[in-house]
Amino acid sequence: MNAGLSYLDWNATAPVRPEAAAAVAQALATVGNASSVHRAGRAARRLLEAARANVAALVGAHTENVVFTSGGTEANALALRAFPDRRVLVSALEHDSVLANAPDAVRVPATRDGLVDLKTLERLLATDIRPALVSLMFANNETGAIQPIAEAARIAHQHGALIHCDAVQVAGRQPIDMGRLGCDLMTLSAHKLGGPMGVGALVVAGGIDIAPLVRGGGQERNRRAGTENLPGIAGFGAAASAAIAGVTVWDAVATLRAQAETRLVAISPDAMVYAAAAPRLPNTICISMPGVPAATQVMALDLAGVMVSAGAACSSGKVRRSHVLDAMGVPERDAECAIRVSLGWSTSEAEIDHLVDAWGALYARTRVSAA
Amino acid sequence: MTAAIARRPNAAPVYLDNHATTPCDPRVVAAMLPWFSEKFGNPHSLTHAYGREAEHAVEQARAQLADLIGADPRELVFTSGATEANNMAVKGAARFHRQFGKDGVVTLATEHKCVLESAKALERDGFRVTILPVGRDGLADLDALARAIDDKTAIVSVMAAHNEIGVIQPIKEIAALAHAKGVLFHTDAAQAVGKIALDVSDLGVDLMSISGHKFYGPKGIGALYLRRRPRARIEPLFDGGGQERGMRSGTLPVPLIVGFGQTAALAKVEMAGEAQRLLALRARLLNGLRGKVPDLVLNGDAERRLPGNLNLSFPSLKAIDLIAACPGLALSTGSACTAAEVEPSYVLRALGLGDALAAASLRIGLGRFTTATEVDFAVDTLAAAVLRLRAGDRMTSEAVGIT
Repeated sequence: MNAGLSYLDWNATAPVRPEAAAAVAQALATVGNASSVHRAGRAARRLLEAARANVAALVGAHTENVVFTSGGTEANALALRAFPDRRVLVSALEHDSVLANAPDAVRVPATRDGLVDLKTLERLLATDIRPALVSLMFANNETGAIQPIAEAARIAHQHGALIHCDAVQVAGRQPIDMGRLGCDLMTLSAHKLGGPMGVGALVVAGGIDIAPLVRGGGQERNRRAGTENLPGIAGFGAAASAAIAGVTVWDAVATLRAQAETRLVAISPDAMVYAAAAPRLPNTICISMPGVPAATQVMALDLAGVMVSAGAACSSGKVRRSHVLDAMGVPERDAECAIRVSLGWSTSEAEIDHLVDAWGALYARTRVSAA
Repeated sequence: MTAAIARRPNAAPVYLDNHATTPCDPRVVAAMLPWFSEKFGNPHSLTHAYGREAEHAVEQARAQLADLIGADPRELVFTSGATEANNMAVKGAARFHRQFGKDGVVTLATEHKCVLESAKALERDGFRVTILPVGRDGLADLDALARAIDDKTAIVSVMAAHNEIGVIQPIKEIAALAHAKGVLFHTDAAQAVGKIALDVSDLGVDLMSISGHKFYGPKGIGALYLRRRPRARIEPLFDGGGQERGMRSGTLPVPLIVGFGQTAALAKVEMAGEAQRLLALRARLLNGLRGKVPDLVLNGDAERRLPGNLNLSFPSLKAIDLIAACPGLALSTGSACTAAEVEPSYVLRALGLGDALAAASLRIGLGRFTTATEVDFAVDTLAAAVLRLRAGDRMTSEAVGIT
């Protein structure tokens, strides 16, 4: 990390792990299209399949069930558009890449704690007998709230529905057993867990046929055409293995997060931490400083060298109202003042001090100007 | 001859499959590497320095790529590759223009699978799909195209330079035919960009697909050129966070894009000289082989083709046997996407080749890193293998009493 800068925006992207960078560099130095029959192609194919096994291990899936994509967004789009004959239900907390690919979907509301409302999900499934697809994220990217995936999967299956889970914020941060959870489809992203950008996967449980989004040469067992991004995929595989090997680091991250949260709330007693009552990712804080717009906070922190965000990183970088906090019933005036702080495996106590100091200075300034 | 072959027992095979993919240029790799490690920001995180640094790099690369094809940087949408760009262009244009009563798709029988499969998917959705034949030389029939395009056509898609036979289509003329009927024109330029000069304004194309790894850039990155004036309007292939002006959602892969930009910048400077070098190497290869295998057939137009491409038929042989007999060469029978298929190339059959001759055909792709020594080695190796296989056939035939 650069001196004097504290990167606390890990839910937007994570630094590439050294193991992943080495795998990428090695793959970049070799030639070969994984679909070619000659020796160079076969070597590329072996590298591809080894990485596929490592990614499968991340979620306890069979190797052949992993479909590589260009990232989490494409994997979500593929899942949401994979079953043209099914009606779609999505939680109101989902990432834009789920919501935008299912514009006609029924939105399942959320509770004030930031969790999907399972009773409503069950009612919506019970009152319409058409086959359905339910999409529920594993953990929310803005609040970190971990959703009741296993229960949702059980409910979905009771009503003959399939369940898709966007797990980009959870994979590599805790062990996942897709089979035990009962998920039919799961989205993964490499760059959120220390792999390179530009690669992700949709894991499709055995026996489920999906309609492809990108058609062509028949790669990925006809589920996703296009020459495989081999260096990216090799990096994804290496990052997946490193993440599994180092998963215990998140206990320490959780401790740092708890300290940070306590200190921030001590500075600004009227601050609100969202989804605090829900089970949460060990690294995420969604907190408001009432009366100070998120854009002001983010800019002030950035000037001080602390990098956080005002919600999701997507699109034009414009700060807009969070649909997640909206779905939780957070009043607009509070939601507008919420920022997201997200920690990672290399976050240090010094970086937390940096955040607390910068936030404290901003708080003091705003109180003076308000007085 | 034998000595030349014996000198490379443990060397890596000579790579002659530069249409399937190219080695990533070390200068491109060097440009990318810092972006895999210390410079890791999300280019959409504009609230902090890491994000802004990444965004700046993305925009610089976009400008480099735009410069190579004479486009405005705002006309480029980054995708995961040319397959995605082709899907996006063909399906996106057709679906968008359906609301105006346009339901036609016109393309050629020799297009890449991803264009043909996109067209097939549209046909299942009720679009009228016209797939036109090509001549023996692989070139489009302009009169047939003119007849096939009508004011109900939503999109015409013709590849700029062919991935198997290297043939360069008269893109400018085809674009004019489409425009005469008020129809958008798309070209899959995955094999052409960086190999031959292409200027989108001069050619008049509305949409153009580009691939990074086909011209010494990284895999996993491509782009779709989308004309702004007059605006080529299409539906996105999928949605999400609204990146790339809403046309292509998903976090932009900064290292790949930086590499792609560097790839374009190198091509801009080196393309013309490289083409001359490849033409000379190709002549050396073809003349050398013809001297030893006189019945060799060159498939596709001899002049209007990519400098590094050859597609050759070896009558009475099977290309797969020839490849197996040349372990020191990395060769292919055709598109890598379908390389594992046993059927002869649909492209060569569209040129009018019979099954036997189509199955006797090799694709050879010379590239930036191919040397004259490698070409000479390839000539010797291939010619020796042809003689050996043909001698073996005769012996087998004589043994079973066939003459």
